[in-house]
Amino acid sequence: MASRKASQPKRDSGDKYSILLPTYNERENLPLIVWLLVKYFGESGYNYEIIVIDDGSPDGTLEVAEQLQNIYGEDKILLRPRATKLGLGTAYIHGIKHATGNFVIIMDADLSHHPKFIPEFIKKQKEGDYDLVSGTRYQGNGGVYGWDLRRKLISRGANFLSQVLLRPGASDLTGSFRLYKKAVLESLVERCVSKGYVFQMEMIVRARQLNYTIGEVPISFVDRVYGESKLGGNEIVSFVKGLITLFATT
Amino acid sequence: MTKLLEWLLGVSLVLAAWAVVSFDLLEQRLPQSYREAAWPMPLYLLVSFGCYSLGTVGYRVATFNDCDEASAELLGQIQEAKQDLRKKGLKI
Repeated sequence: MASRKASQPKRDSGDKYSILLPTYNERENLPLIVWLLVKYFGESGYNYEIIVIDDGSPDGTLEVAEQLQNIYGEDKILLRPRATKLGLGTAYIHGIKHATGNFVIIMDADLSHHPKFIPEFIKKQKEGDYDLVSGTRYQGNGGVYGWDLRRKLISRGANFLSQVLLRPGASDLTGSFRLYKKAVLESLVERCVSKGYVFQMEMIVRARQLNYTIGEVPISFVDRVYGESKLGGNEIVSFVKGLITLFATT
Repeated sequence: MTKLLEWLLGVSLVLAAWAVVSFDLLEQRLPQSYREAAWPMPLYLLVSFGCYSLGTVGYRVATFNDCDEASAELLGQIQEAKQDLRKKGLKI
């Protein structure tokens, strides 16, 4: 009689994927994102580890992370917390130091990025041996849930401006759902100086400068936070400043 | 070369070509019609680019995918995850 349980593919390729999850006050979302990661990696058969980099969250995110470690094992859930809220760039540097995989996946921990796309990232990476694979909201059947007209206009307008000025060869510059070869991520992070949205743009721009190859995979971005944190004038101003800086220096 | 320098170079070349034709700087004795056609070119190019930009951004906003199914799927999976995690002993 045929087995009714789908057999998990055995991947002996020796590749291991380290997922970096910088967290700040993600007590509710962290278990959910970890559960989804475990589900999709389990189904795909790839070897992985999840590195939680908590910046001293006052809501007890670290304590939840410890519970998850007990449930899923210390080889799968690594905790590398920091005492206070520091930048994303330093979180990546910190995470990479402890990553034992040869590939690193960066993503948001607030469920806006869905782990179901990770097997697609991996497949794309293998197709062209890409140095990095970027999730794009702007191509194919990529898209966003939860944005009003104003937000969409700002997003497309900013992206258009970036494309005209920087001609980066990637459709989604400010996205932060990406797969990198570990060595590539290391070399990029040490060269990047910007903050926030511009940091992610700078990573792509520097990747092009260094002739790294970039693949793209359409992703859906489910924004459940937008209602609380509107994209304000300050962020727009700092984005434009950062864009001009990149334009003038790269 | 930085992108800024590339742009400055490109713009300089275009303006130089325009000036040469519009003001007959090389004394080619070009027909008046050439000079009349060339003279408003920079403005035409700017306006065309402006229209192209508005059209492109407008089109992209209008066709921006709304991932309703993704949100529904996520909500369902969140419920599934919470139940499973509770079974596994997670205390929130």
